[in-house]
Amino acid sequence: MIDLTGLRARPAQCWGAIRLVPLVRSEPITDLRLHPHVYDREITAVALPDKTVYTSYIPHAMVASWTDDGTAAAAYGTQLGELIDRMDLHLTRRMVRRAEPGRVRFLPLHLAMEGFLALHFGGPPIAWREWSRQAVRDGLSPREEAAYSGAEVRGLDDALRVFEIHEGQCGLVVYAGDVLAGATVVPHPDDYRALHPSLVRDMYGELIYHSAMHSYPVPDFTARLGSPSTVAGLRAAVARAHTEWDGFHASVMAAGLLEGAHAFRRVRRLGRFTLSRFLPSFERRRDNHIGEVVTDHRGAVAYLKTFRLSEAQTRRGHLLTRLEAHDWHLETAAREMDTDAAGLALRIERAGLGHLLRQDVLDGYRKAKAGQAPSRG
Amino acid sequence: MNDVIACEDVLLFVNAAITSTGQREFRSTAGEQRLSLDFLHRYIMGNYREVYSAALALEINDHNAALIARNLLADGATEREGRLIARRLRTMAPQRVYALFTELRRAGVNNRRTRAVIGEWLGERPDLAFDAVKYRRALKEAVRHAHLRLPGELGDFLFAPRRRARLDAPLLDAWRRAHHETRAVYELPYTVAEGFAARHRIPRERFLAAIAPRMTRLERLRSGSAPDLAAMPLVRLASYALALPHEERVSRRAELHAALRASAVRAAGGRAGSWGRVTAVLDDSFSSYGSGHKRRRPLAVALGCHYLLRELAGQYRAMWLSHRGDPLLVRPAGATPLGERLLDALETRPDLLVVVSDGWDNAPPGLAAEVLRVWRERIDPSAGVVHLNPVYDAGGFDVRRLSPETPTAGIRDAESLPALVELARFATGRAGYASLLGYLGERTAER
Repeated sequence: MIDLTGLRARPAQCWGAIRLVPLVRSEPITDLRLHPHVYDREITAVALPDKTVYTSYIPHAMVASWTDDGTAAAAYGTQLGELIDRMDLHLTRRMVRRAEPGRVRFLPLHLAMEGFLALHFGGPPIAWREWSRQAVRDGLSPREEAAYSGAEVRGLDDALRVFEIHEGQCGLVVYAGDVLAGATVVPHPDDYRALHPSLVRDMYGELIYHSAMHSYPVPDFTARLGSPSTVAGLRAAVARAHTEWDGFHASVMAAGLLEGAHAFRRVRRLGRFTLSRFLPSFERRRDNHIGEVVTDHRGAVAYLKTFRLSEAQTRRGHLLTRLEAHDWHLETAAREMDTDAAGLALRIERAGLGHLLRQDVLDGYRKAKAGQAPSRG
Repeated sequence: MNDVIACEDVLLFVNAAITSTGQREFRSTAGEQRLSLDFLHRYIMGNYREVYSAALALEINDHNAALIARNLLADGATEREGRLIARRLRTMAPQRVYALFTELRRAGVNNRRTRAVIGEWLGERPDLAFDAVKYRRALKEAVRHAHLRLPGELGDFLFAPRRRARLDAPLLDAWRRAHHETRAVYELPYTVAEGFAARHRIPRERFLAAIAPRMTRLERLRSGSAPDLAAMPLVRLASYALALPHEERVSRRAELHAALRASAVRAAGGRAGSWGRVTAVLDDSFSSYGSGHKRRRPLAVALGCHYLLRELAGQYRAMWLSHRGDPLLVRPAGATPLGERLLDALETRPDLLVVVSDGWDNAPPGLAAEVLRVWRERIDPSAGVVHLNPVYDAGGFDVRRLSPETPTAGIRDAESLPALVELARFATGRAGYASLLGYLGERTAER
């Protein structure tokens, strides 16, 4: 469960196929803030402790700091580094390592997307003979997933340009053709203002790219007031229209994200804030979002960034969860999934994870499967 | 039924012709604006030719007036239309008229009426020698296009500048001398002098200091020197005030406020204080920033209207969408919760409610229309509401409306507000086409 306590959805603003739903905080969180240098300049080089220089410009890597007195700079997120499609997992692990006291770095989201699955499933803990040496040594990395920059999503740039930011706005939920593309929540309205233009450089999944491309312009949800006959009645009707929209958004439009079963993994804790990553249930034909979330001591969301997975990505995620559940033992996992080791191995290959299996083992399975299958004339 | 459609068509054209300048707006590009406007012009000229030419007599902007003149002349204008065009050209800025003549030449429009219009306009120019220096190329083309013969040395100046060793008119001679004499540069109009200054490599600062007396009022304003606030019209004054940084607006508050008030008093004239209780809902949402072309234009229009309504009304209240306090410190930010603000305004039970907004009601969408509907149907059917919209919506071929029952009119200059409130009553279809034509006839006859 993602707990959006303290955040209310305000009326959506539509532009073509894009629907943007602002999230407003009545009380901003002040002890978790964007680092001041984010306001000054965008491009900064980050030197990691062991002199690996990660220079450049990463769209969504966030550097977070935390203070308890609120006077010192409370940094939270920046755009650093360079768009590197492929990145070694060891390096990404270093990226979240504590660089200086009171500071946490986030993964860049595009790396997060590749790395999230991998980070969660560290690879086979037992070197069963089927797995390739690379898989045992490096886990799942490297692997690339397709993602589109927001600038490639049709109409998103215009939609964000003409979007009117609400007072106290701390978040935005982006829909493309009414498919939930991603949610962003920050602790403070000033942070949101600073980050709003960067949303167009966010990463969005293939699904979003296509639904924005093929969808008709989405209609506005216009308010209906009935016919009250007094001014007080009219005021009440207006207030009701607002609450109804908030309820509708949480229970219908964003239900897939807010109510979906997510597996959380805690990454770091700083004072009352906890940084976690989450994975979806990987059920097919449902919303599957991966993301990073910072929650406070009561579990309410202070920061949130999500990415919507495509069907193919969901399928891969599903296979990996099953394997993990059985300690990466092919036979037992296959038994639970109603198939045999050869069948599962071929499914892994078809899902694009063939490199995890030893080539000779895979060839053997393929041969066995070919002999088994009835010959087709 | 036909009457209603005709009435709507005419009004949407007038609204478009008042608001659109073919420049970029907050929600549409310059290209979209031009394409949409061009279609509208063709449609109206084809279907309501009489109204199309009569629009020249209304407060439409120069961009549209030039478009109408061009289209009419290209399509064989009648004598009446010729007169309307000539009358309108007299009030237009000369550079716009020269641009129109250049465009006519480019389009190959060279009928007798066109030549007559060009000849008549040039004949009435107070100082053709000045035009010959400042708009040299345009004047030359216009003269050539209309087969005119210029008096005296002007013809030689334009077409054979080397024929005479010296010219009698001082300005013409200054232009000749400016080719080799630095001092003569400062006798020329600013735009012409600028080219010579570059040629003589005069340092920019020295040039600007010396040329200042030759600048027009707007050139001086653009060059950053302190303008003469008292002479400026309302919206330009509002634009100037809104362009100042926040601290300067605070420190010069009294001066700006007094200038805006004086301008408003001037515009209100004899109507001051005659409108009874007026409440205004003024849009200061982010979209009132306009665009890079029309910076803060919608907000400036709202601020101008605010000052004018203050003078017109007996009892006045203003409500900005999100801004509180001093209206001079307003800035374009936030969403557009028009519905709620309209409800607040209606509760003050005004005689007239004026809404100045681009009509993109988005928090939530459609709430303003619902509030107006419920108010009219259930609470007070007599409430007078007028919506003035400074932004042309290219996709809708009209300014965006709040609701079908609420009269909406496009607005460009705050000074035209009283006339627009009058025009807006045609927009709900309650006043007929005949009375609209009558109104237009009156407007074309007067002056």
